Amino acid sequence: MKQLIILSFLLLYSFNFKAQMVQDSGKSHHIQEVIVIGATKVSTKENKPLGSIDEYLQKSSKVDMIKRGAYAWEPLINGMPTERTLVTIDGMRIFGACTDKMDPITSYIEVSNLMEASISSGQEGSCHGNTIGGSIDLKRNKSIFGTEKWNFNVNSGFESVNMQKILGAEAKYKSQKFYSDVNFMRRDAENYEAGGNVEIPYSKFKKVNVSGVSGFKIGENKLVEASVIYDKATDVGYPALPMDVSLAEALITSFKFQILPVNNFFKSWEAKVYFNNIMHRMDDTKRPTVPIHMDMPGWSKTFGYYSHLKSIVRNHNLLLNINGFYNKSSAEMTMYPNDKSEKLMFMLTWPDVKTLAQALYMEDQVQMDEHSSLKLSASVTAHQNKIESEFGLNSLQIFYPEMNAEKTRILKSFATNYQFDNNSFQAGLGLGYGDRAPSVSEGYGFYLFNSFERYDYIGNPNLKNETSLEANAFLGIKREKYSSKLSASYFHISNYIVGKIINDLVPMTIGARGVKNYTALEHAGIFNISLNTEFQIAETLKWSSQLVYTRGKDSEGQNLPFMSPFGYQTSLKFDLNKWSSEFLMTGNTKHEKYAMIYGESETPAYFLLNFNLGYQLSVGGTKVFAKAGIENIFDRYYTTYADWNQIPRPGRNFFINLNFNL
Amino acid sequence: MKFSFKTIFALLAMAFLVAACRTSDSDEPLNPVNPTAEIEGFLKIKEITNATHIIELYSKSGMTHLGYNDLKLRIKNKSTNQYEKGANVTWTPLMHMATMAHSCPRSGLQKSSVDGSVYGGYIVFQMPENESEYWDINIEYSIDSVSYTATSVLKVPASEKKTVNAFLGNDNIKYIIAYIEPTSPKVATNDLVLGVWKMQDMMNYPLVDGLTVKVDPRMPGMGNHSSPNNVAAKQTAAGKLYSGKLSLTMTGYWKLNLQLLNPDGSVVKGEEVSESNLSSSIFFEIDF
Repeated sequence: MKQLIILSFLLLYSFNFKAQMVQDSGKSHHIQEVIVIGATKVSTKENKPLGSIDEYLQKSSKVDMIKRGAYAWEPLINGMPTERTLVTIDGMRIFGACTDKMDPITSYIEVSNLMEASISSGQEGSCHGNTIGGSIDLKRNKSIFGTEKWNFNVNSGFESVNMQKILGAEAKYKSQKFYSDVNFMRRDAENYEAGGNVEIPYSKFKKVNVSGVSGFKIGENKLVEASVIYDKATDVGYPALPMDVSLAEALITSFKFQILPVNNFFKSWEAKVYFNNIMHRMDDTKRPTVPIHMDMPGWSKTFGYYSHLKSIVRNHNLLLNINGFYNKSSAEMTMYPNDKSEKLMFMLTWPDVKTLAQALYMEDQVQMDEHSSLKLSASVTAHQNKIESEFGLNSLQIFYPEMNAEKTRILKSFATNYQFDNNSFQAGLGLGYGDRAPSVSEGYGFYLFNSFERYDYIGNPNLKNETSLEANAFLGIKREKYSSKLSASYFHISNYIVGKIINDLVPMTIGARGVKNYTALEHAGIFNISLNTEFQIAETLKWSSQLVYTRGKDSEGQNLPFMSPFGYQTSLKFDLNKWSSEFLMTGNTKHEKYAMIYGESETPAYFLLNFNLGYQLSVGGTKVFAKAGIENIFDRYYTTYADWNQIPRPGRNFFINLNFNL
Repeated sequence: MKFSFKTIFALLAMAFLVAACRTSDSDEPLNPVNPTAEIEGFLKIKEITNATHIIELYSKSGMTHLGYNDLKLRIKNKSTNQYEKGANVTWTPLMHMATMAHSCPRSGLQKSSVDGSVYGGYIVFQMPENESEYWDINIEYSIDSVSYTATSVLKVPASEKKTVNAFLGNDNIKYIIAYIEPTSPKVATNDLVLGVWKMQDMMNYPLVDGLTVKVDPRMPGMGNHSSPNNVAAKQTAAGKLYSGKLSLTMTGYWKLNLQLLNPDGSVVKGEEVSESNLSSSIFFEIDF
């Protein structure tokens, strides 16, 4: 209980950061959702300030999380997984190094160094790369030039369900010509307990995250900024998978040059070069009984750049983004035979796949009149894959004798969105078309075991681009005390990439049902609808709720996996002076439209009740913010449609987050 | 920084490797008196001597082993110290057992070039030696109508991995199937070469024409999984060895389960592998 006494700080300073950077975030009214994460005053109102990024993102009506354990959940946007979405950090492309998607990009950062997550649905998210489902851009938290000031804070938290200890510290300095933020965060969790005190083995994790960002003013309106994030997770358990992770390590660096507003025509220009290197090591040494011991390390290295130019010409807001990246993804698998006299079994599961992409994105936001605007965007990308390992090429040629090491594709995206807004009434309509190249696993994966379907997967270099035609619409009303927004989107995805059983081939993985290779279905359709409402009952009391439903079907009439049944979230927030409090109820109905052929089964309905209470005080020059709460008050033992292999979720959890700032 | 350091390291490693390769050049185990390109890549197994000649026997490994052996020999005249170019050579390997002796499948000996002095062929040892039973080879040759002979014992120890099968087919013929290629298997679709011979009598083991050898590679250490796109071995023409395709999806120990089929498709020997039957009665083993 010692950890409880350690105080912490959340950055409470409220510069007009936003006002100064407004040209950076642009007119965000087309962006579907912005989830505020980081260290602004708003986060003191969040139900759990030191929750994981995953927990923050989950609040979005567009985002769901596939859970394979307590750590590194995989974000779904509009019900679509990593291959069909785009997750960036400040516009940087980063590719996970795990063949089993155990390291989504969101696992390599921390809440303490993020400001917000911009979630865009469908082609509206294609600014930083090609996507089908949408994008999440995680924006880093940083200071801005100003009068000289130091700022320190410490964060600490504890969660009872997995004895998670959270400790963080931050130092910030700013002056007229220089700013620098250094941030450290550590999490250490034991196995969690599902409802009824059922311990879930192999669910613990440890994580350290260090980040720094520094900016210099090099002229009246010019600045350079260097940024680095180092993240290292060790002993990460994945109870839903047959293997754990002994190490997941990322180094994410960037260097940015920015020219702030000069005039309207040349509004701002931002150019960035970046490099990131990820190392991921899957192993099963902690598992007591395995049919065969194996190691599966993976590496992903990315170099990239972008140049963002913004310009205003009369009523046109123009954006030109030229960007490109080089990525090399490698992964291998070594199996240790039980008969020690035999040689090691080795294969390349990602055969040193090089991806080179060069893209041009243009956007024009036209303010047609006082109330209506139109956004047009288009992008074109030259995309090339090449297998650099001869060993890997030979391996894949077992399945595809005629395949070449290289494959070049042209990817396109167009979107148009119309929006009407007269303050009390809003409506929007959008159409989009986009395509994507197959992911490294889909194109070149070699015997990747999907523990959900229990099939070994073989990539297919001959896959066509997956293309999506989408339509979206929303209606919103806003009154003084009441607001409501209904949005819906439909995706018609052609050449929908899925696995198909290869007959008569015995799977490599012991216990697998068979071998599949990636092929494409003619099409699939995904429909998503959500309703968000907010009602200010009294000055101190706000009621908000969110309803979502997603439905997906492929051209053969089969349900698609990970489609949210009817889900709801409703909360009652109370704010009075230094006190804040919230009751939150969340749940979903029975998952009936489950995708059996993709390994899903029915999950029953559930609901949870959470409660939290926060208090803020000043002691001398020090601001203290404390938040305590209970999640899953009734200690329900439950699993949902988004839980890998129906791994049960945590039971009753008491948490406390303390933030201390001076 | 890390990247450039790695590059430097890689360059240094390469430089070291190049240097290492160069030093090994001077240790070339070939006969320094008469280095011949024809024998390059082969190591001497032994010298078989008679009154007039020294017969040098070579293989890639410098040894004879159970199964298929690709062999070369040359005959050095003791008096002139020159290699004989115009010899007419035959060989007869013989297994000496307690109550009988028999030979094994073998090719004739051919000179690789008209002007050369190296004679090459293959021998398939279908059983290993033991304490009381052994192989020897009798080489008969004539030069300018004068006949000579030489005999020597050959070592054919038992091997860890099975590369030859000798069995009685259901057509009552004794067959010998031996694995020939790939000698260095890769994780790839390999070109598979094997040979099928029958035992005509104790001394004659001719190649059999027109059969098919189905190959089902499996990995017993990993759920007995299979691999795709294997092609059954067949002859391209009568009198030739059998060739097919062998897909190996990872390194390690593979068992190549075989089925020998008649031209009409009926099974002569070997069983299909299934969940209940993990192996055929005839198979090869590789471990790489």
